[in-house]
Amino acid sequence: MEHAEDKDQIAQRIVDALEATGPFSSNAWAAQHGLDHQAVVGALKSLNGKEVVVMEQFDVSDTILSEEGQQYITLGSPEARLWNILTSTMSNTDAENAMNDKGAFKIGMMNAMKSGWIKSIKNADKTTSLERKADKIEDSVQAQLKLVAAKKADKVAKADLDNLKRRTLIQTSVTKAYKVTKGPKFSVTGWNKKLETDLTFEMLESEAWKTAEFKEFNFNSLGVMPTGGHLHPLLKVRTEFRQIFLELGFEEMPTNNFVESSFWNFDALFQPQSHPARDAHDTFFLSSPSTTAEIEPEYLEKVKKTHQEGGYGSIGYRYDWQESEARKNLLRTHTTAVSARMLHALAQQKPFQPKKYFSIDRVFRNEAMDATHLAEFHQIEGLIADRDITLQHLMGSIAEFFAKLGMTDLRFKPAYNPYTEPSMEIFAFHPLLKRWVEIGNSGMFRPEMLEPMGLPSDVRVIAWGLSLERPTMIKYGLADIRTMVGHKLDLNWAKGNPICRLDK
Amino acid sequence: MPVVSIAKKLLWQALQLPESFTRENFDELCFQFGIELDDVTTEREMVRKNTGAEKADASEEEIYKIEIPANRYDLLCVEGLSSALNIFRQVSKCPQYRLLEKPETSNDKLQTIRVDKSVSAIRGVVVGCVLRNITFDDASYNSFIELQEKLHQNICRKRTLVSIGTHDLDTIQGPFLYSAQPPKEIKFAPLDNTTVFDGVQLMEHLDGHLQLRKYLPIIRDSPVYPVITDAKGVVLSLPPIINGNHSKITINTKNVFIEVTAVDRTKALVVLDTIAAAFSQHCATPFAVEPVRVIEADGSINVAPTWDRPHVCESKLSYLNGVCGLSLSADEVTQLLAKMGHGPITQSAAGSDVTLHVTVPPTRSDVLHPCDLAEDLAISYGFNKLPRILPKTVTAGKQLPLNKLSDSIRAEVAQHGYTEILSLILCGREENFGHLNRADDGSAAIISNPIGTEFQIVRTTLLVGLLKTLHSNKAMPLPLKLFEVSDVVFQHPNDVGARNRRMFAALFCDRDTAGFEKIHGLLDRVMLALDVVPELSGAVVPGKHSYKIAPSEDPTFFPGRRADIFVDGKKIGVFGIVHPAVLKNFEIRNPVTAIEMSIEEFV
Repeated sequence: MEHAEDKDQIAQRIVDALEATGPFSSNAWAAQHGLDHQAVVGALKSLNGKEVVVMEQFDVSDTILSEEGQQYITLGSPEARLWNILTSTMSNTDAENAMNDKGAFKIGMMNAMKSGWIKSIKNADKTTSLERKADKIEDSVQAQLKLVAAKKADKVAKADLDNLKRRTLIQTSVTKAYKVTKGPKFSVTGWNKKLETDLTFEMLESEAWKTAEFKEFNFNSLGVMPTGGHLHPLLKVRTEFRQIFLELGFEEMPTNNFVESSFWNFDALFQPQSHPARDAHDTFFLSSPSTTAEIEPEYLEKVKKTHQEGGYGSIGYRYDWQESEARKNLLRTHTTAVSARMLHALAQQKPFQPKKYFSIDRVFRNEAMDATHLAEFHQIEGLIADRDITLQHLMGSIAEFFAKLGMTDLRFKPAYNPYTEPSMEIFAFHPLLKRWVEIGNSGMFRPEMLEPMGLPSDVRVIAWGLSLERPTMIKYGLADIRTMVGHKLDLNWAKGNPICRLDK
Repeated sequence: MPVVSIAKKLLWQALQLPESFTRENFDELCFQFGIELDDVTTEREMVRKNTGAEKADASEEEIYKIEIPANRYDLLCVEGLSSALNIFRQVSKCPQYRLLEKPETSNDKLQTIRVDKSVSAIRGVVVGCVLRNITFDDASYNSFIELQEKLHQNICRKRTLVSIGTHDLDTIQGPFLYSAQPPKEIKFAPLDNTTVFDGVQLMEHLDGHLQLRKYLPIIRDSPVYPVITDAKGVVLSLPPIINGNHSKITINTKNVFIEVTAVDRTKALVVLDTIAAAFSQHCATPFAVEPVRVIEADGSINVAPTWDRPHVCESKLSYLNGVCGLSLSADEVTQLLAKMGHGPITQSAAGSDVTLHVTVPPTRSDVLHPCDLAEDLAISYGFNKLPRILPKTVTAGKQLPLNKLSDSIRAEVAQHGYTEILSLILCGREENFGHLNRADDGSAAIISNPIGTEFQIVRTTLLVGLLKTLHSNKAMPLPLKLFEVSDVVFQHPNDVGARNRRMFAALFCDRDTAGFEKIHGLLDRVMLALDVVPELSGAVVPGKHSYKIAPSEDPTFFPGRRADIFVDGKKIGVFGIVHPAVLKNFEIRNPVTAIEMSIEEFV
């Protein structure tokens, strides 16, 4: 409270001074009245907040003494002190002891020698002694420091100031000062009215709000952030994608089966057993449970035959298909393994019913990990199974899907995928990068995959897929996937993330 | 996907492109055809990138690096790539590939390889052909060597399935013998060497060879090694490792004998077709090669390449049009397919439809089914010229009930101040069990080719991810409230032997309280949201699901401050103050209370 009273007193003097003599500079005014400049600034800021005064900031550079410089004012410079001690010839050790300050002795000896005040004598026993050389000295360093202390640095020659600076006896300090003028609510007596900052229960009860004056609100400020829980940013994007599929009439597939057989992950998709994706370098295989016991024998036989000899108009891959290879368990490398299970189940339903399926779930790849790749990521997949569906429908569906993400400028590139034919990579024009970027993959499932399942031959299945992480990283400008997925998640980022509106 | 590097000058020359044809023009051509210009570099840059050092005499000539689809082996050299693109651009016509000699088993003019039954067990397939009167120059010779290397890396699966040997036919004398012999008995000077080694010494010698040592394990431990010898016993090659020096080809070689050994006949023929088709264009009679006769171990005789009996893919016109959504005439389709290298194409009536008999060139081993022709038709027509229309398929949208429930719980828990994390599903075996004070009960699915100790198993609990996330966010102000709704995996007697289980887990961490009652309250809150009532003092509400908690023995949690969660009498989870020993394992200094329970029971 004492401080506040001081502040109010100073504020009153400021208001009076402005009324009497007009605008002034805060630093000069403080010096003139023997007040601490910071205390004056404090009072000014409070007045400024009430719009009683207007403050215009400017920099003041000032030369001030360092701690060491301050010391020299009382003790004298070390060189003068040393000269004073040397009333007779003394050994270096004795002189140093007499000074009782090893640092000062060294500085003093160096400067006194340079000024020609003292000299050094070599003794017979190889020690050295010191004695006066000048009869009379003047401690100009102390004199200059006194001028600086008295704010009369301008009276000291520039070369001398530079010397003091070099010896770190003085330093330049830049402080902020203010030009002070009357503000819109200037008043000599009424400035100190208490301004309300908030509306309270008491004010409502007493109806004090009717007469109270409210402090001006600072519109250039942030509010107090509400605390609460947050959904994970990547999963907010997942929600948005799910929403798009649901709007388009797609049914969600049960993808909650990470462990899959090679059969459903590869063989059922007509992916040959020698395909590089089936290498341990690309896929996580399991040592326990290592194999899949149950595969419907009739279907397995059809898949085997299609790989080995073809059928359904195909010449097949013509190799020796191994059942043991198909039974090897793995962590699914794509959710298309689930699509295969769903299409196989669909084929068993008679008559055929058209379907639109989708899923967004985790897949696993034994790949080198870096800032943009993890061993697991989310795959987004959509597929449509219907009679006489065409490539044009695939492109139309993809265009509709990506339009909901705000991407309307699309084009398609021929690509290779073992289980789709035709296959197309999807490119979108990125307006900021100003180039075409690949945003997904698509195609029509091969008849060698669909017909062994028992689907009628005029049923075609179109599908497309993309990763959830990649568009999310682009959207949020993330450089390292590990700050988003996994335990190195940056919770501050997760909490500060905007809601996901993919079309914006 | 494989990448081929071709000097721009060579590429432009082969494609008959004018100087004014830009990189962007080429990029666009690639896009339309379905290959991708990956990068443009120079030899100097490639050396710098690979070795970090400057090579003074490295060329500054531009090199185009082009990504090739994994099933188009014919595009892996400039000969094949330029041929396909020139046909696509209608600059040149599809060549008609043919054989120089009648491929009859009785044709004694053919070079012959006899297969000894000793080789059947290790690498029983051999096929071959002869490139007659070939003229190499520097570029084509290098391309010939590089194509073999590309094939070895791709379709040959690093020589395990197929390997290639090429020889100067004028230095050797048929008939040839393909047999398997004990390593000690095979003696020859390997390529670029004059010292004679036996099989065992050769393996030791090649142990230090940067490129070849990785292939040694394919046969090293076999009691016999496959070997091809000529009529005089000269060793041509020791597949799949190395050729002999005697029959080495040079830029001046006129007649090249190609032998391809394999464990897979189809792939061997594809490899042979690919090399023969691409390099026959440098022969005196372009696009024609001399077949080789193979007397198999069982006495049967095969002659390859089989260009006299090309693959004719029969497709209904309605099918090709149907896939693309087009209604082109048979002649229009014929013309468009010709741009992709197919032909000749004949037509026959099939009721109101037309059957197209499409002769597929030997370069196009990727064509298995009419759907492959349909893709070629679409590419030739132009993907981006096709109209984009919506299917008429009418279906209703439907969420998976388990995911719908998960989302409801996630929203509920987040609304109560908990922040969602997203942890990894793969984890270390020790952290999943030992770090949580739990015994490894063999319930987890275990990866046979793990990445270090970080990813060894599929997690059986969400707690590891929560505790690790807490650990990496030490600087955050307390209290911290985190949760996750996701899957764990347990071994289970279903078809694959494991199943997912959808779990909800959360933790509360503060300095001055472990927050046991906060997590207990969160459980009550979630149960309230699920309309599951508490069985306080054993009371059960008729017609409603109910839950209760009872003392737990779970060693992850602190004795006396841990409880099992039961729904309708079935244990679905646990919560409690996390045991200090567990906190220590995760390097967490503040007390933590956590909950984990299955939510599948509420679907």
